Amino acid sequence: MNKQAQGVVLLLLGGAVVRASVTDMYLRYVKEALQPFLIVAGLLLIAAAVMTLWHDLRRRSSPAPAVGVHAGHGHAVDDGPGDADDGHGHAHHEPRVGWLLILPVLGLLLVAPPALGSYAVAQAGTALSSEQASSDYPPLPDGDPAEISVLDYASRAIFDEGRSLDGRNVRLTGFVTDGPDGEPMLARIVLSCCAADGRPIKVGMDGSAPTGLPADTWIEVVGRYSDRIGTDPVNGASIPYLAVESWQQIDAPRQQYE
Amino acid sequence: MTAADRTATRRTRPGDDIDWAAPADDDLSGSGGAAGPPGGPRPPRRRLFGDRIGSVEVLAFLLIGLVIFREPLANLISDPRLQTWTTVFVSVMVQAMPFLVFGVVLSAVIAVFVPRSFWAKALPKHPALAVPVASAAGVVLPGCECGSVPIAGSLIRRGVAPAAALAFLLAAPAINPIVLVATAVAFPNNPEMVVGRGVASLLVAVVMGWLWLRLGRTDWIRLPHRPDLDDLSRARAFWAAVRHDIMHAGGFLVIGAMAAASINVLVPERWLQTLADNPVLSILALAVLAVLLSICSEADAFVAASLSQFSLTSRLVFLVVGPMVDLKLVSMQAGTFGRRFAYRFAPATFLIAVVVAVAVGTVLL
Repeated sequence: MNKQAQGVVLLLLGGAVVRASVTDMYLRYVKEALQPFLIVAGLLLIAAAVMTLWHDLRRRSSPAPAVGVHAGHGHAVDDGPGDADDGHGHAHHEPRVGWLLILPVLGLLLVAPPALGSYAVAQAGTALSSEQASSDYPPLPDGDPAEISVLDYASRAIFDEGRSLDGRNVRLTGFVTDGPDGEPMLARIVLSCCAADGRPIKVGMDGSAPTGLPADTWIEVVGRYSDRIGTDPVNGASIPYLAVESWQQIDAPRQQYE
Repeated sequence: MTAADRTATRRTRPGDDIDWAAPADDDLSGSGGAAGPPGGPRPPRRRLFGDRIGSVEVLAFLLIGLVIFREPLANLISDPRLQTWTTVFVSVMVQAMPFLVFGVVLSAVIAVFVPRSFWAKALPKHPALAVPVASAAGVVLPGCECGSVPIAGSLIRRGVAPAAALAFLLAAPAINPIVLVATAVAFPNNPEMVVGRGVASLLVAVVMGWLWLRLGRTDWIRLPHRPDLDDLSRARAFWAAVRHDIMHAGGFLVIGAMAAASINVLVPERWLQTLADNPVLSILALAVLAVLLSICSEADAFVAASLSQFSLTSRLVFLVVGPMVDLKLVSMQAGTFGRRFAYRFAPATFLIAVVVAVAVGTVLL
C-alpha cells in the first residue's frame, strides 16, 4: 500500500469516526462519554491523512529534487508513488496490514450495524450480580408512574426485595425479547465501555403483558412490583417480574443502552 | 530475489495484501533503521502496464464495487448472528480508536521530540532496576492496551532497555488510575479486588521484565521498519510516524477485533456455567476467556463483576490476564515486535499472570 492509498484510508477512517460521533450513531457502539475523544481522534486521523497526502504531493510536484532526496535519505519515508518501485523492499511489507482498516470504515459508512438486540440477550445471562447490590436504595423518583431504568428496577426487586418499589407504579423502557419459556420478556442492555461488554438485564412480565410483538420491538411498560422471581437458564441468576398494567409501543430511544 | 522478482510476486496478488506475518520475515536490515540503501540511485522505475494499477486504483475499485453492491451485502448480514458480529466488531474498533490514536501520537512524540538522552537519565542505569521503575511508571498512562503497544515499540527504538519497555507495556493498561477506579466501581463490596488487581498486575510486569533480562534475546524482537525519522524535518517525521503506526497497529487491531467479535458470538455464556463450580477449571476458564474476549481493560471489571457464578480468585485472574494477553494484543504485538517475539512472550505472560494472580488471590481474597 503506497502512501497515497494510506492517506485515503486514513481520511476515510477519520471521516467515518467523525461522522459517527457527531451524529448519534456512535451511541450504538460506545458510551456517550467517549464522544469528545472520538471527535478528537477522528480529526487527528484526518490531519494525519492530509499531512500524508500533502507531503506526498509536494514530493511529486518537484520530481527532480525528490530523486536526490531519495538517494540521500534512503527509502525511508518515500516509498514512491507506486508499489512497483520496490527497489529495496522492507518498507512495503508492513503497511499491507493497513488494508484491513478499510473494514471498520465499511462497517461505519456502509453497513452501520444496529445496536445489540434480542440475539445478544439470548446469548448472555442477565447481569444482575450481587457485587452491585447496595445496602440501601433511595426512594423512587417522584411521579406516577415513576420513570426508572430496567437495571434499577431489577436491582430493587431482587436485592431490596421490592421494598422501595412497594405501592408505586413504575415505567420501564426496553425492548421485547423471547424468554426461555417462550413468554416475551423486557430487556435492556447495559454497557460499561463498548458493545463488546454489553450485558443484558432481563425483566419478566406478568399481568397484561404484551403479546404478539416481534422481538426487538421497543416498548414502555407501566406496572407494579411483582414478587415472582424466575431464573435465567444461561447463568442461573434471578430474573424479577413486573406486574404490567399497560404498555405501548415506542420508537427506539436515542440511547439504546443503559 | 531481485527487485524485479519481488515486484512480480507482488503484482500477481494485488488483493491479497493482508500478509500480516510479513514484518517478521523481513531481514534484519529492515529493523535497524540505519540500514538504508547505500546511497546509490534507485533502479529506474518501470512504467509497464501493470505498474499503473497501484494501491490507490485498487482501493478506488474496491470502494466503488462496495458501494454498488451495498444492497446485497446488507442482506448478507441480516442474519442476527452476523449482525451481532458486525456490531461487536465495529464497537471494539470505535472504542479502541481514540486510545489507539492517542497512543500512536504519544509514541510519535517520544520518537520525534523526546531526545534519546532523556531515557538514559529518567530510568535507572541498571536494567534490573529500570524494570520496576518502568512498571510503576505505567500508573501515569490512562489508557487501554491498544495504545501501549506502539508506545513500548517507540521506547525500544529510543534506546530504552527492552525489559523495561516490556514491563511498562504490561503494567500501563492494568494499573492506571482509570482502570483501578473502574474496578472499584464494579466491585463496590469488594475493595480488596482493586488492591489485588494492582498488586498482581505490577508483580507480573516486574517478573516478566526480569525474566526477559535473564532469558530474553534481542533478536526475537523485530521492530517493523519505520521511516528513518532522523533525517526529516520534525513535522514531517512526526506525521510519518503517526501514519505508519496507525496503519500498522490499526491493521492488527482489526484482526484482534474480528477475533474478539467471533468469540463473542460463537461462545455462548452457558458453556461457562458448567465450569464455574470447579475451582481449578473456573480459574483456567476465566483466564482463557480473558484472552479470547479481548475486552478493553477499562471495561473488563464490569464483565468480571457480572460473572458472579465464579469465585473472586478466578475473577481476579480474569482481570490480571486480560490487559496483558488477549487476542488483539497478541496480534498487535506480533505486528509491532515480530512473531518470534509474540509467540514466546504471550504464553509466558499468560502463565506468570495466572500463577501470580492465583497467589495474590489466595492471600488477599
